[in-house]
Amino acid sequence: MQRRSFLKASAATVATLAAPSVLSAATQKLKIGTYGGYFQESFDKYIHPDFTAATGIEVESIAEPTGEAWLVQLSQAARAGRAPADVSMMAQLPRLKGERAGLWAPLDESKVSNLGNLPDHFVHRYEDGKVYGTGAVSWYITLVTNTDTYAEAPSSWTALWDPANADKLGLMSLATNSFLLEVTATTYFGGTDILKTDDGVLQVMGKLAEVKPNVRLWYRDEGQFQQALETGEIPMGQYYHDVTGLAASQGKPVRSTFPDEGAVLDSGSWVVSKASKVIEPAQVFIDYMAQPDVQAKLSRFVGTAPTVSRELTDLTDEEFAAVSSDKTPILPLYDIYVDRGDWINQMWSEKITG
Amino acid sequence: MTDMPSQTAAPRWLGLWPAAMLTLFFLAPFGIMLAVSVAHRDVSGFYEWGFEWDSYARFLSVFFAKVMAVSLSVSLAAAAICVLLGFPFTVFLSAMGHTAQTRILVVLLSVLALSEVIIGFSLSTLLSQTAGIGNLFHWLGLIPEPRAYTPSLFALIAGLCYIGFPFAVLVLYPPVSRLDPELIEAARVMGASGPRAFFGVIIPNLRGAIVGAFILVFVFTLGSYLLPQLLGRSEHWTLSVHITDQAIYQSNLPFAAAMSVFLMLVALALVGLASLAGRERGAA
Repeated sequence: MQRRSFLKASAATVATLAAPSVLSAATQKLKIGTYGGYFQESFDKYIHPDFTAATGIEVESIAEPTGEAWLVQLSQAARAGRAPADVSMMAQLPRLKGERAGLWAPLDESKVSNLGNLPDHFVHRYEDGKVYGTGAVSWYITLVTNTDTYAEAPSSWTALWDPANADKLGLMSLATNSFLLEVTATTYFGGTDILKTDDGVLQVMGKLAEVKPNVRLWYRDEGQFQQALETGEIPMGQYYHDVTGLAASQGKPVRSTFPDEGAVLDSGSWVVSKASKVIEPAQVFIDYMAQPDVQAKLSRFVGTAPTVSRELTDLTDEEFAAVSSDKTPILPLYDIYVDRGDWINQMWSEKITG
Repeated sequence: MTDMPSQTAAPRWLGLWPAAMLTLFFLAPFGIMLAVSVAHRDVSGFYEWGFEWDSYARFLSVFFAKVMAVSLSVSLAAAAICVLLGFPFTVFLSAMGHTAQTRILVVLLSVLALSEVIIGFSLSTLLSQTAGIGNLFHWLGLIPEPRAYTPSLFALIAGLCYIGFPFAVLVLYPPVSRLDPELIEAARVMGASGPRAFFGVIIPNLRGAIVGAFILVFVFTLGSYLLPQLLGRSEHWTLSVHITDQAIYQSNLPFAAAMSVFLMLVALALVGLASLAGRERGAA
């Protein structure tokens, strides 16, 4: 008993010395949610210990389910005044849905001094201008090929439509994870603006439907496509840049190409549940994660693209190329999937995968 | 009624136990599913309790009619193939020695221990262009170039049959092994040929078991949602795949629940028809 209370007291003292502003929360751990598995392991290993050392804030790591299940759990819990995690990493769609429902706690902009490091699309605001979240990690979806089948790398997304590639493609099966509507719009319609009307969406789907004879697999399971890509069974498709690079570095005959039209830049963001009782340390964490050297560390050890601009980081050319590119990215129009998601998904099932 | 002590080994109230379990683990979840299917879809990721037919109305479209037709025909085909293969197999099996029978049944049972994921991945490798049987056929000179047999309807049905076959045999085995050999002998003595005895005596006698095996494989494969994704093309995605999409990826639980209710009703109707047919002709 005595020993335990001594430990508690000394932990509190250390925390107090290191971060006086979070005195009230020193005894309460900050619960940080990241996707269970690879992400959680990486954060437990490379990020959380350094964060605690730097700020004195103890972290309890929470495994989030993927998909929108976590959003549902957070909103149910918030109704009961509980927060299963204080800070959560959310994909953009559930992040936006939470914004519409007012689920995220507004943050004090003056306490997040590193906010200026982030580009606008990684600073999330409510309509009244209050900041409630920041870009956490981002990753690219690129055009990937098997190097045995394709001696030369394709340079454009138009390769997907090439009749020479009949029955050779593996593409992601959902509108909301493949972002092929944005790719098609950028490649053939001069940009993603056309997707802002229903007619435009149907026009783009009509163009995208032309790839169907080339598609052998509409995949939900990443492992299935990666295996097929490595063996050459399905020699072309869309996939994650960092994972493909990792496979190539292990001697697998695969390559990832940033097409001329740009690769898809998808991301996850930090948000704080409005039911959280420890908003202040949560802000400290969000601020900490927006530092260029922390983003560089993520790129090196977790394989994500930095959310801050490249010049701020000390990444070498090689390190940067492993996770990102200077080419203008294709940014998904997440809003359309929140506003017209059911309709787009239904049309997608009927016209693209159906 | 009487004061005599009960003759049964177990007290009567013990029958309440299965009833309670059935309520707890079947009826209650089913009730929740029914309630969710008429709930109001909230686009921000969940649903609000209510009563509306929207989810059912959305299902009534040409697209989902097509998907339902794919689901039913794939499962019916798998069930038919499993019974067609399983019945003669079981008849031969029951004629074997005791040790051989046990060994074969153990092998069949062990297939049930494999998960759908393992079966799907194994079959997709086996039927692939780079590492599959196409290479063997090419080596034997049967085909000019190694080719892939997956994803295709053939691969999907093969996968479903792999899963369904042991069930068909296990349902057929007890009645087949109990079939009185004197029945066939009698038929042969009366002058029936081998095939005539098989189709005229064995099959009518085992109609109930055959229909049972057919229904079991049909219902079992109807719920398969992994194999259509791993082995089929997108036009072979079954209703179960679309239910998974709605429930997991689009968090539209009311629509997913409504589709499940539809699927269950259609399956129940078919099962009812099949068992009716089996019984009437059996009695005739």
